[in-house]
Amino acid sequence: MNSAQPIQLAFETQYLNFCLKVNLELPSRGITGIFGPSGSGKTTLLRCIAGLQKPEIGTLSVDGEIWQNNRRFLPPHKRPVGYVFQEASLFPHLTAKGNLQYAMKRADQRGGSGVAFEQAISLLGIETLLEQYPDQLSGGERQRVAIARALLINPRLLLMDEPLAALDQPRKQEILPYLDNLRTELDIPVLYVSHSADEIARLSNHLVILDKGRAIASGPLHEVLPRLDLPFQLGEDAGVVLDATVVKRDTQWHLAKVEFPGGELWVRDGGDPVGTLVRVRILARDVSIALQAHHDTSIQNLLQGSVVEIADDSDPAVSLVQVAVGSSILVARITCRSQQKLAVTVGQSVWAQVKSVALVR
Amino acid sequence: MVFSAADIAAVWLTLRLASTVTVLLLLIGTPIAWWLSQTQSKFKGPIAAIVALPLVLPPVVLGFYLLIAMGPNGPVGQLTQAAGLGTLPFTFWGLVVASVIYSMPFVVQPIQNAIEAIGQRPFEVAATLRAGPLDRFFSVVIPLAKPGFITASILGFAHTVGEFGVVLMIGGNIPGETQVVSMQLYGHVEALEYGQAHWLAGALMVFSFLVLLALYTLNPSAAKRTFST
Repeated sequence: MNSAQPIQLAFETQYLNFCLKVNLELPSRGITGIFGPSGSGKTTLLRCIAGLQKPEIGTLSVDGEIWQNNRRFLPPHKRPVGYVFQEASLFPHLTAKGNLQYAMKRADQRGGSGVAFEQAISLLGIETLLEQYPDQLSGGERQRVAIARALLINPRLLLMDEPLAALDQPRKQEILPYLDNLRTELDIPVLYVSHSADEIARLSNHLVILDKGRAIASGPLHEVLPRLDLPFQLGEDAGVVLDATVVKRDTQWHLAKVEFPGGELWVRDGGDPVGTLVRVRILARDVSIALQAHHDTSIQNLLQGSVVEIADDSDPAVSLVQVAVGSSILVARITCRSQQKLAVTVGQSVWAQVKSVALVR
Repeated sequence: MVFSAADIAAVWLTLRLASTVTVLLLLIGTPIAWWLSQTQSKFKGPIAAIVALPLVLPPVVLGFYLLIAMGPNGPVGQLTQAAGLGTLPFTFWGLVVASVIYSMPFVVQPIQNAIEAIGQRPFEVAATLRAGPLDRFFSVVIPLAKPGFITASILGFAHTVGEFGVVLMIGGNIPGETQVVSMQLYGHVEALEYGQAHWLAGALMVFSFLVLLALYTLNPSAAKRTFST
């Protein structure tokens, strides 16, 4: 099934001194990352979408079906949404399998993710955990069972509220590959709330940035990330992601060459065969600018491009420079003094020196 | 035979009364406990206080008001007469009604505490798994609050077995109808039958001990919770 119509929502709700006021149109496929600092309204937004919280004013339609408007408010148990909570939310009185069956018994009979039991347990790799009770499972295992359970209600929308936040780094690394599976296997939209730029960069196709209850940006990841006008809560995480293809592997030096629209980059070989689609992330702080190509440097990746925009960073010492390389955009973070010394101006042809590229998937 | 026929009849009557009352208490007390655990209504305080009143009120006071209310001229009495049921005082069902009211806090409070201890999250999870309100109650609330229900049943039952003041006021001492163990014991003492009284009193002691033993072994955490409120 392909849900063709976008998710449309507009919510306004006030709680004590916090006010959420958003109006968004989100894609009907792929993972939408919802990013923002604590207290920016990410969880409130998801709760409103699930119907767990009733905004004073709200409209919501998913795949052309109205879940809320000024006359109608569909209660949460009538909405075909899968919800993955931040902390383990398995029923303690049921085994892992019992938890999954709880969902299957109540699954939406109409179209949706269409995920069958066997598919869900293999997507999440929980075949061997089924007979265990939640208190016998590790945090990561519990969360994998909870994700499988959310899929088994046959949702038409999957909501994930910081599913990795309560886990330590090794447990996160354990779950991320399974989330990649969801990204490639699922036919339904996923809203993924996180305050981790790493997770967002790795998983999402579309990005919404929330700040103090307002959506200050919403658009395809490739368009939102390079924007310089956002008050950069991203901070040290500011940077771009590029979708690329592995074109060559250098086994001697353990490097791989990837091609993106506009150029090529050497990255550390992640073991992916030639032809694999990968995503790389280039942080602004790892990009510097030169007026000429310097080859007497340790930096492997030199990309010629032209300056599109220059903006101040939140730190007064540095500027952010957008450089177009072919049809892709990089962001470089350089000191204001360098910018003055090199007289970097919009439209100028420059060389972007990329010190480090992370293969995020 | 240590126990007289009247003693045995009193024991059976007491067990029948306590079982009936316990079933009714669970049926009536559970929705009240649920409501008290979930509501933010301004009536929460007053309702909770009314339910808890028998904890502090002398049983004879409660029995007196119930006698008046259920008597031929009382509001409840007129209702039962209009319904063709006669009046309730000095009948088994009069005792049942009085005992339900008298033991209510011992059932409502453990259940309410147990539901509150679950927190809202499991209910929300169940809602997102497409369980409707009634479904959530049976599939999540009852299994997760089970210790509270066990405690409530044991306390409600035991408390009904031991009541005296209320029975004295509205039950009287009719063999096979309202003559429960505590009345029978009182009767023995009045008649200076101390040997008989010892046996009945001893039996009640053992019973109370076994009830508490069951409570602590079946349900250690819930027992603690009940008695710390």
